[in-house]
Amino acid sequence: MKNRSPAMKVIPRLMVTREPYIKLAERTIAKTKVLNQFLTTAAEVFLFIIRVIRNTFSSGFEFKEFLHQCFKIGYKTLPLISITGTIMGLVLTIQSRPVLIDFGAVSLLPGMVAVSLIREMGPVITALICAGKIGSGIGAELGSMKVTEQIDAMEVSSTNPIKFLVVTRILASVLMIPVLILYADTLGIFGSWAGANIKGDVSLVLFFSQAFSHVEFIDFLPAVVKSVFFGAVIGFVGCYKGYHAGRGTESVGLAANSAVVLSSLLIIIVDMIAVQLTDML
Amino acid sequence: MIERQKEIVKAPGNPENGIETVIQITSLKKTFGNQEVLKNVSLELKDKENLVILGKSGSGKSVLIKCIVKLLDFDGGSIKVLQQDMSHLNMEELYTIRQKIGFLFQSGALYDSMTVRENLEFPLRRVKKGLTEKEIEDRVAEVLTNVGLKDVLNKMPSELSGGMKKRISLARTLMVNPMIMLYDEPTTGLDPVTSAEISLLINEVQARYKTSSIIITHDIKCARSTANRIIMLKDGEIFKNGKLEEFENSDDPFVKSFFV
Ligand SMILES: Nc1ncnc2c1ncn2[C@@H]1O[C@H](COP(=O)(O)OP(=O)(O)OP(=O)(O)O)[C@@H](O)[C@H]1O
Ligand SMILES: [Mg+2]
Repeated sequence: MKNRSPAMKVIPRLMVTREPYIKLAERTIAKTKVLNQFLTTAAEVFLFIIRVIRNTFSSGFEFKEFLHQCFKIGYKTLPLISITGTIMGLVLTIQSRPVLIDFGAVSLLPGMVAVSLIREMGPVITALICAGKIGSGIGAELGSMKVTEQIDAMEVSSTNPIKFLVVTRILASVLMIPVLILYADTLGIFGSWAGANIKGDVSLVLFFSQAFSHVEFIDFLPAVVKSVFFGAVIGFVGCYKGYHAGRGTESVGLAANSAVVLSSLLIIIVDMIAVQLTDML
Repeated sequence: MIERQKEIVKAPGNPENGIETVIQITSLKKTFGNQEVLKNVSLELKDKENLVILGKSGSGKSVLIKCIVKLLDFDGGSIKVLQQDMSHLNMEELYTIRQKIGFLFQSGALYDSMTVRENLEFPLRRVKKGLTEKEIEDRVAEVLTNVGLKDVLNKMPSELSGGMKKRISLARTLMVNPMIMLYDEPTTGLDPVTSAEISLLINEVQARYKTSSIIITHDIKCARSTANRIIMLKDGEIFKNGKLEEFENSDDPFVKSFFV
């Protein structure tokens, strides 16, 4: 910058006056890039939703594949859900029993556990576990099918992959995840009974009748509705991430990973909205 | 005018009536972002012809044949398959056309959650509904013998060798009797003996099923044994088009680098 030509003497002055604008312009461009990307993704998600809905309600449902997916999503997750459901009830009981004894309200234990399991803990924890197992499974499976051109191969053999792969998986998780959640609730109450029996002595029948005397229809319905949404979230996010996996094998891992992260996050958000809505009822 | 009308009546898009040109591509353009992969590609595939497309890795060969079956949308030009313009088809028409095309993927693309048998049955069950189990089984057996394999039906794709995978995926595309075969690097990654066998197989398929084929490869041996005509791609355009001998005797350094 020492030997300035006459022109260069002018340009820096211009640059000084322009600099803020240039910076602003650069920042705007950077922001529009982010915005652009966001809008592209949003459009992609929107289009995917439309495609899925259209293919769900058009003719030619892949019933066999749907049953296969129900088996895979439902039956194969049973052991995991059994263990976590039971432990959930057990832990809840062991933790809250001393407090309830202090307050002299230990007779409320079965009811309290049942209500909190059915309303909140059962759905959310089971859904989060399913997001880990089922969501990542769908994401990885569809992702690897995409990367190894299996989805393309399906398309050239005149099979609509959205219908065959995506719709069946989403519907299967919409159906099976509420079932898994109810199953986890039930086992949770069993676990709670076992927990109550470590230090006390309650008969199973008495425990269950006490538990369900506190549960009302209004506890069940929102929980089931919420579970259906959790199922939809897990199925949809897994399919979306898998179906839109990039090229190359590392995108398979990425698809599985982001499927879990995104669906877990959405489950929490859906739960929050659901709680607000039921609160208004 | 009258003559043209006669022509249309004579060849109403029915391949059995003897269409000369099975695939016609005119000034095809395809870009990914700002990367121009195909700039201006025009080519024709004649009936019962084996057309080999040569080109370096990344020259857009796979993209080209994916455009033909509309797995990828193209940005300019036109593609006509069996005289039907691929950009003006609805879903059903597209699926009908695709049933006449067999596509052998570079990676094989076997469904790895299904057994070999289910892989082979998949396209048949989808395309030709209402076949009896016996008919399906016979077809599977026939196609398997044609690709020279047996005792693999209950294996999973992950239990097969690379060459076997190629054969099974070839068998799978043959299940529905395609009129046009598109081979994406059928011999890449195989040992010379297996490559030669696959090349022979391509010729056999053409003789037995009377297919017209596009064979993408950079394996010059495969090109030599299968080609009726060769097209060479370079920088998104057609670099040379001709018979095998013209390529063998060419002085061009780029052509020579392939035909050593
Ligand atoms: N879906 C896609 N998205 C973005 N870029 C792509 C896509 N498919 C292909 N490309 C790009 O297009 C170019 C050509 O790819 P293509 O797969 O057709 O090469 P090829 O000639 O088949 O090479 P090879 O012999 O290695 O298979 C590459 O640079 C690739 O990066
Ligand atoms: Mg390729």
